[in-house]
Amino acid sequence: MGREVAETCMEGMILEMVSAYSTRFYATKPDLAARRIEAIGYQVGLQLSERYTTERPRFGDHLEAIKFICKDFWSELFNKQIDNLRTNHRGTFVLQDNRFRWLTRIPINSLPNKMDASQHDPSAPTPDNKAAQDTSMHLYFPCGIIRGALSSLGIPCAVSADISNLPACSFVVRIKA
Amino acid sequence: MAPLAPKTGDPLFANVERVNAELFTLTYGAIVRQLLADLEEVEEVNKQLDLMGYNIGVRLIDEFLAKSNVSRCVDFKETADIIAKVGFKMFLGVTATVTNWNAEGTTCSLVLEDNPLVDFVELPDTCQGLHYCNILSGVLRGALEMVSMKTEITWVRDMLHGDDAYELQAKLVKQVPEEYPYKDDD
Repeated sequence: MGREVAETCMEGMILEMVSAYSTRFYATKPDLAARRIEAIGYQVGLQLSERYTTERPRFGDHLEAIKFICKDFWSELFNKQIDNLRTNHRGTFVLQDNRFRWLTRIPINSLPNKMDASQHDPSAPTPDNKAAQDTSMHLYFPCGIIRGALSSLGIPCAVSADISNLPACSFVVRIKA
Repeated sequence: MAPLAPKTGDPLFANVERVNAELFTLTYGAIVRQLLADLEEVEEVNKQLDLMGYNIGVRLIDEFLAKSNVSRCVDFKETADIIAKVGFKMFLGVTATVTNWNAEGTTCSLVLEDNPLVDFVELPDTCQGLHYCNILSGVLRGALEMVSMKTEITWVRDMLHGDDAYELQAKLVKQVPEEYPYKDDD
């Protein structure tokens, strides 16, 4: 086990980063805030994946790479593996974490079902909407991490999060042909 | 008798949930990188890092007080010691040393030789004015303000600028005494 820091440091930093981008820098442009947060995640995923795979041979196929994300990669990040992996064998994979660590501090009744850019409606900022948007914003970060990690393995993709089945969180990976 | 406050943060660090420091270091680096791209001005990035740190510190202090069992510090000297030996250890897994006290006991230096925020980091030439670890100064300032101490925290030495350690100067500007709801002479 390498060097460690308290988990609150990580959580505090992510919270602040999301808050800074979604309420300070791009308060009126949630889509832009989301892209930035996702980009930060992408950078992290890219670098972490490079670090964790320097000693290994390249993965044989997409499934092998996804399995790496589900097992070794997820374990390094969250001390647990992805609980459930599904695929339609046509380039879409659903990675389900039954108890995603970074969601455990957010009140459940304020969470939306699917996190989808088209559902962001900046013209209707009710308190519920706001809380839902906040959570969605948080999830762009781990989505970016997964996208960055796969990118470093040579697999371009799109990643979104699905929290219709709390406390489980699913990351939907769509590999680009 | 109430449990004694720990002299060091080691047992506390052992008892909190911990994560891979690499994830932490890389996340911080990615945040700084993105801030530089979006805000462009190094001074603005320094400011935002400090503000982010402040917001984190304001919340972190509660956890610190709850977990460390530290009772109210008698003076700034004691406060600085606790921060260096217990605070830094409990959160970052490293300890700092306290030096350079002024005669009044209102200014001192916190020196860190080991700093997880900067593992593998090098500053490019275009960012020499960047206080990469500015989030730390904000955290200290925010946390101390919540225990009624208004401080100014500034960087004196920075290893990313070629110095041999990280040194923060902490200056106590104002100690706001606790206000009680009832005044004796009312």
